[in-house]
Parts: sequence; C-alpha cells; structure tokens
Amino acid sequence: MNVQTHPLPVATAPFLPDAFEGVEEHHDAGAITTLGFWIYLMSDCILFAALFASFAVLRGATAGGLSGREIFSLPYVAVETACLLVSSFTYGMAMISAEHERQAWVLRWLGLTLLLGVTFVGMEIHEFVKLIADGAGPDRSGFLSAFFTLLGTHGLHVTSGIVWMGVLIAHVLRRGLTEANRTRLMCLSLFWHFLDIVWIGVFTVVYLMGVA
Amino acid sequence: MMGDLVGKLSLDAIPLHQPIIMGAVGFMALGGVGIAALITYFGFWRTLWSEWLTSVDHKKIGIMYIALAMVMLLRGFSDAIMMRAQQALASTGGPGYLPPEHFDQVFTAHGVIMIFFMAMPFIVGLMNIAMPLQIGARDVAFPYLNNLSFWLTTAGALLVNISLGVGEFARTGWLAYPPLSELAYSPGVGVDYYIWALQIAGVGTLLSGVNMITTILKMRAPGMTPMRMPVFTWTALCANMLIVAAFPILTATLAMLSLDRYFGMHFFTNTAGGNPMMYVNLIWAWGHPEVYILILPCFGVFSEVIATFSRKQLFGYTSMVYATICITVLSFIVWLHHFFTMGSGADVNAFFGITTMIISIPTGVKIFNWLFTMYRGRVRFTTPVLWTIGFMITFTIGGMTGVLMAVPPADFVLHNSLFLIAHFHNAIIGGVVFGCMAGFSYWFPKAFGFTLDERLGKISFWCWFIGFYVAFMPLYALGLMGMTRRLDHLDNPVWHVYLVVAMGGALIIMCGIAAQLAQIAVSVRDRAALRDLTGDPWNGRTLEWSVASPAPAYNFARTPLVTSRDAYWDMKRRGVAHRPFAAYRPIHMPRNTGTGVIVSAFAAILGFALIWHIWWLAIAAFVAAVAVAIAHSFNEHGDYTVSPDAVARTEDVYLEQLASQA
Amino acid sequence: MHEPRGPLIATTAHGPSDDGAAHGSVQSYLTGFLLSVVLTFVPFALVMSGAAPAATIIPICVALGVAQIVVHLVYFLHMNGASTQSWNMAAFVFTLLIVAILVAGSLWVMAHLDVNMMPGMMPAE
Repeated sequence: MNVQTHPLPVATAPFLPDAFEGVEEHHDAGAITTLGFWIYLMSDCILFAALFASFAVLRGATAGGLSGREIFSLPYVAVETACLLVSSFTYGMAMISAEHERQAWVLRWLGLTLLLGVTFVGMEIHEFVKLIADGAGPDRSGFLSAFFTLLGTHGLHVTSGIVWMGVLIAHVLRRGLTEANRTRLMCLSLFWHFLDIVWIGVFTVVYLMGVA
Repeated sequence: MMGDLVGKLSLDAIPLHQPIIMGAVGFMALGGVGIAALITYFGFWRTLWSEWLTSVDHKKIGIMYIALAMVMLLRGFSDAIMMRAQQALASTGGPGYLPPEHFDQVFTAHGVIMIFFMAMPFIVGLMNIAMPLQIGARDVAFPYLNNLSFWLTTAGALLVNISLGVGEFARTGWLAYPPLSELAYSPGVGVDYYIWALQIAGVGTLLSGVNMITTILKMRAPGMTPMRMPVFTWTALCANMLIVAAFPILTATLAMLSLDRYFGMHFFTNTAGGNPMMYVNLIWAWGHPEVYILILPCFGVFSEVIATFSRKQLFGYTSMVYATICITVLSFIVWLHHFFTMGSGADVNAFFGITTMIISIPTGVKIFNWLFTMYRGRVRFTTPVLWTIGFMITFTIGGMTGVLMAVPPADFVLHNSLFLIAHFHNAIIGGVVFGCMAGFSYWFPKAFGFTLDERLGKISFWCWFIGFYVAFMPLYALGLMGMTRRLDHLDNPVWHVYLVVAMGGALIIMCGIAAQLAQIAVSVRDRAALRDLTGDPWNGRTLEWSVASPAPAYNFARTPLVTSRDAYWDMKRRGVAHRPFAAYRPIHMPRNTGTGVIVSAFAAILGFALIWHIWWLAIAAFVAAVAVAIAHSFNEHGDYTVSPDAVARTEDVYLEQLASQA
Repeated sequence: MHEPRGPLIATTAHGPSDDGAAHGSVQSYLTGFLLSVVLTFVPFALVMSGAAPAATIIPICVALGVAQIVVHLVYFLHMNGASTQSWNMAAFVFTLLIVAILVAGSLWVMAHLDVNMMPGMMPAE
C-alpha cells in the first residue's frame, strides 16, 4: 500500500536527517508520470464503456435499415485486426530496443508501428465511406449512429496515437533516448496496447456478435 | 459567402431588444472594465500575468479557482433571485416580469453555473490550496497540467457567460434531457453553448482529477502511510477517483447528444431507433457520483475543522475513512433513483431504492463521528465551526428527506415537485456551500497570511443559515401541495404566500453574500491587525499549519518526516516543531508557463466556433491548440533551482516572526 | 493531453527499469503475440464457418475475447502482482468494477424500460 520502501530513521527529528536526504528524491519522475497516464487511461476505459453500453442498447434499433449481419465483412475486419495486433508486437520491439540503448532500432520499430496504424485508420475510413455510399450512414438509424461513434472514437484514438508517435520520433531524433523520452515511450506504449485491448472488445461485441 | 465566414452568427444574435439581458450584460461589461482600469491604475498587469495567470503553484491556482467560484456564485445567485422574484410576482395570475423563454434559460443557467462553475471550482480550489501541504509535498504531480485544468474550467465558464450577450443559453433544464434538447425541439444555439461549455470544463476537471490522485498516491512525505493521511486528503482522493470514473460518462453522453445535433445521428431522438431514455440513464450514471464529488471533500473540511476547534483528535478516524470509501463505491449504484418514474418497473426500482437507503448509513456514521469529536472537547465557536454545526443540522434534515424520496412509491408523488427542489438544495446548500464557506474561512489565513474578520463572518453565517430555512421550508410545503418545479407563472393565492416567504429567504441569503463580500473587504483593509505571523492561527493539527502563512513557493524547506496521524500536532507535542536547520538544500521548482492560458484560449475559441458553426475557425483553433501543446513538450527548460541561501533567507524571516510571537 | 515533462521534483537519473512498470522480453512479446493470434483466429473462424448456432458461438466468442484481453494485459502491458504496480492494479480493478456496473446496469435498466414503456418497439429477435 505504502510507496515508502526505505527504512525510516528513528523518529526523533521531525524532518529527514541529511543522511536520508536522498530519500527526498524518491519521487521518481518517470514512475509518477506513468502512473498518472495509467489513471488517465482508466478514465478512457470508462468512456469506451459508456459507448459500448450505448451500442449494446441500440444494436437492434435498425429502424428498417441495414443490420450488422448485412453490412459487416469479417475478412476485412480480420485484416484490420491483424494490423493492430502486429503493431502491438512491433511497439513491444521498440520498447525492448530502447532498453538495449539501440536508438536506430527504436526509430525503425516505431516507424513500422506508425505505418501499421496508418493502414488500420485508412482501412477504417474506407469502410466508413463505403457504408455511407451504400446508404448506411450514421444518420440512418440508432444502430448505425452507435456503430459509427464507437468505431470512430476508437479510430480517433488511434489517429492521435499516430500523431503522438510522430512527435515522439521527433523527440528521440532531437534528444536521443533521454529519461523524459523513455517515459514518453512508456506512456505511448500503454496507450497503444490499451487501444488494441479496446479493439478486442470491438471485434468481439460489434463484428463477431453482430454476424453470429 | 458571409454564411461560410461567420456560420450562424449575425448581429441578430445579440438580444438588444431585451432590457433585462442587456442590463446584465452592461453590468458585467462595466465590472470587467472597472477591474481592468484598476489593474492598469496599479500597474498590476505584468505581475498578474507572470505571477498569477501563468502560475504553476498549486496555492495560487487554488486561489484563482476560488475567485472564479465566487464570481460565478454571484452570477448563479442572481439567477436564483430572479426566479424567486418571478414566481412571487407571477403566482396570482399575472405574467411576472420574465417571459417564459427567458425564465427557462435562467433556471438552466442557475443549475449549470452553480454545479459546474461555482461548486466544482470551489472544491477543486480548496483541494489545491490544502491537499499538497497536508501531505508534505512541494507541489502537485503535474504542475503545468494543473494550470491548464484551471484555464479549461475558466474557458467553459466564459462560454456560459458569453451566451448571455451573444445568442441564448439552453432552455432545457440543467441536464438537457432529450428529446427537448435535440435539434428538432431546440434549434437555437442554447444547447450548443451548454454542450461545449461543459465539455471544455469537463476536460479540465478530468485532468485535475488525474493530477490530484497521482499527487496523493505518489508524493506523500516519508512516513505518511495511507492511514496517517488527513481526512481531507482522504476525501479528496475519493472525490477525484469519482471524477476520473464519472466524468468520462458525461463526456461520452454529451458527445452523443452533439452528434445527434450536428450530424443528424439517432442516439436520443424519438425517430429512427433513437432512445431518449438512454440519455437519462447515462447522464445520471455520471450525475449521482457528481453529487458525491461535491460533498465528500466538504465532509473532509468539516472533519478538519471540528477536530481542530474541539482540540481533539477526530473521533473514529478509521470508520471515517472506510465510510468515505463505502460512499465512493455505493455512489455508482444508486443512479436510477433520479428516474424512478420513468418506468423500469418494481424490480429495478426496489433495487435502487434499497441501495439509496444503504448509502445513507456511512453518511450517518460520519455525522456521529463529528458529534463525538465535539463531545467533551473545548469547542471554540469560530466562523468555520458555526458553518460546521449549521451543516450538521441542515444536512441531516436534507438527508432524511432524501431517504424519504428513496422509497419509490413516495417518489412517484414527489418527483419533479418543489419538494425535490427543497431536498437537493437542503443537501447542496447545507452540505456543499456550508462546507466551502467553512473551508474558505479555515484556510484563508494559510492562503493569504491574515485571518478573516470574525464578526462579519458570523453575520454572514447567520444570514445564510436563517435565509436558507426561510427560502426552502416553504418549498417543501409547496411540493407536498403539488406544485411542480420550473413553473414560470401560476394562479394560486394559497401558494402565493409561500412563494413570497421563499423570496424573503432569498433576500436574507443575499444579505449573507453581501456580508461575505464586506468581510473580505474589511479583512483586506485590516490585514495588518489580522496578520497570521505563526502560520498556525487555529492551533492546527495537520502539516499545512507547520509552515509560514502564506506558504513559501516551495512549501517545505525540508521534507517533513511523518510519524503519526495529525503530524503537526504530534511535532508540537514532542516539542520538535520549527526547529531551525543547520543547512538547507537546493530545491527544484517548476517554472511558470503561459501554455495553459494559450491552449485554453484556443479551446474557448474552438467552442465558440462550434456553437456558431464557423467551421474554418473551429479547425484553425483546434490545430493551434494541439500545436501549442506539442511545442510545449519540446521545451526542456521547465524548472529552476532555489538556492539554499534563498531558502535560508525566507525561512529566517519566518523563524523571526515565530520568535516574536513566542 | 499528458504531462510531457513529468514532475519537477526529482532530479536524479534513474535506470530504465525504475519507472514503476515492468518490461517484457522478446520471448514474452512473442508468446503474447502468438497467443493473441490464436485467440483471434478461433472466434473469427467459428463465426465465418457458421459451424454452430449463434447461441453457442456468442458465449465462446466472449470467453475468448476476455482471454485475449487478459493475454494483452499480462504480456503487453506487463501487469502482474509486483508491489511497484500495486496502485496501477488497484486503479484497474476499480475501473473494471465501474465498467461492469455501468454496462450491466445500463443494459438491465434499459431492458426493463423497453419492456414496460415501449411495447411493440422491442427489436425483433
């Protein structure tokens, strides 16, 4: 429970004696930022929960329009899923390269992850455009509103992850693998893997349960 | 062409033909110009910008939050007194002085402003001022983010106030239920002002919640185990957990409503498969935890005040902590009691009725803890204590009427009546407002270095306390007689008398607010006599009283070592408080930054552009905000070091003050 | 928007393993990846082949989805019982509780509302 892991001196003085002044620096910047970002991710998790709940409530509200079974193409979704899954792995490789101080490899793996992310977003946009052209746009029914919003919110998150990855590459090119950049790499890693987890929920609840 | 350039905006948006609104706008403009003139006269602009607006110091940010809350209290209270006047005037068949469409905006603005822009900033401000000092930290975990959070909240408040002069505000009630809030029934910009003001302020609140949780979990002084944390810190932790868990629901819900309005989607419409009941379900899944976000920190304030002024350790610390945690979790399983009458049926209503009754148990535990803390204590009846005792009486009555309405059949009779209005004002004024006022007078000397005038403080309390009962007890009676909420006119001589009495109560509360403003003015005038030289004017128990008032920027010259609950009391008891140090060490501090102000300014512009459908401006403002934030991340010179000599100079002044008082 | 610089209290440099979150190895990432591939492939194949009725397939899909989420949490997000992560874990458990309340509660409430208040508008089964 307690963040304190250091042995405490006998409590005679109300302040840390000089010998323990090093303890004062125990507030490790990287750990604090990572925990803060994790807590932000938890809030994002609940945002998606609200969208999932809305989708679940509205999934049958097709209002005479097309239903999931008619518009979803599972092979297409499988390719999208593969993009995200592989990108989670490539990001992990970037993290390992950072641990081994291989800056060039960090950048290569990040670049590859970024490409996979862009492919995913591109495929999602293509799916959206096609659906709208087929008369199954978000203004057609409650079901389609919920579908486009849930998918779109995830897509927007991936897009901001891509922008962030671009900025992070610039940071690493500028300063190298500094302590601050390692923390950023860690936070983006949490974000990226988190989006992959949300996607598992999406393909299970929206696509697979929609078609089954 | 013009349409593309300025969207729906035109000169017609300014309600020039409505004297009441233009009077209010003129009054606000005059006030703004007056303040600007004063700042210019005293040559304060540069200091204002570099020392305050861009500050990343939690104490200054806390003060700015509370300043915002007080200004918004005046605005929200103006709305309240307008409503009371309208109902008093228009209850014998006459039309009153407010046309219905204006009355509807007034009650919506009153609710929105009081909850989001008065109560929330006040609470967050108190947490900012007191919490990092209580845990022995130098600052919050993310100082720059703290500044940004404040300015995002302010940007939201700004949008609500702009709606007064440009366009209109929502006429839907403070939670904007669809289908009324959908485009088909609210085609104007009012609901859009509502949505974007809350979304922008909501982001600020969420970021502040993340910041505070991280601060409490990671930045406590050595030795401060969770069960040694002051109760206010505990309640702040739980309230911020609620913020982080509940505000995303609000964000998602309002986002879905705006998608309906902007892209013709069908989440909550009553056509094409939309489900308005889902909105009500989701908004209350946020809304009920929100109630506890407001009240929990106030419970913390009362705990600190009552222990300090009874000169006793808080009775039942452990049960207080567990009661707080219980409330945190339980607050997420009671939301349906806000819409028993929507028709979920007996099973669902029974479940939520019972959970609602259960949540009153930990709250009752707290009331008894405060009473037992006072029992056989040497209670000093200062202003904060009066607020606390006033709270215990008033909040208990409010709680009992709440439990009454937790019975679904009773709620079917009382739903949407003035009984409900009286109930939640009973809880919010008696709990949150009294708590904010107690915290304000308790921590004011810590923030400013001098205490507040006691006489005017007590006058203010008695006006609020009596005014509250005179204003709201008639509403209980009216509710039982069948009067529903939000009536802009009616014709019933029996009810008229009650409404006139309620109006009188509002006027008494107005005297209370006037006394508070006078209290601040008088205290500033007499600040030399009221000076707090010891940093410990109340004989306090927790660490914030162990440093000078106002606290130095770095808070603690040396990090305190905590060995028990009520850490500072313990140091005083052992005679080891304020011992001079042989040497100081350099302290790293974050540098002030204007990024928060600039990003929030762009956020306000983004909101305004979205409200008026000025798409090019919306895109430009969004890109600019993101660009500024990214540019900020490349700034590697965000901190500076306070030298040991500088620390020694500051601390020596304080030690001399202490010696002079000894 | 996250805090890019981090808090400014600490000054000393730390090793990369000291940031409160565990790291994986190539081995663990590969294990996680392969498990994920299997856990994705199976439900897709089940649904696309139409081998079983929906009533059988849907629970299987949900179970495999939950299993895959756990795999990601363990192998990619490196969540474990380590004491350095206790707050991360506590926050996660609290979030799971809220998510469960929000989703299950909303579905329960809305189902009852549909039955009681919108007869004839229930989605066709």
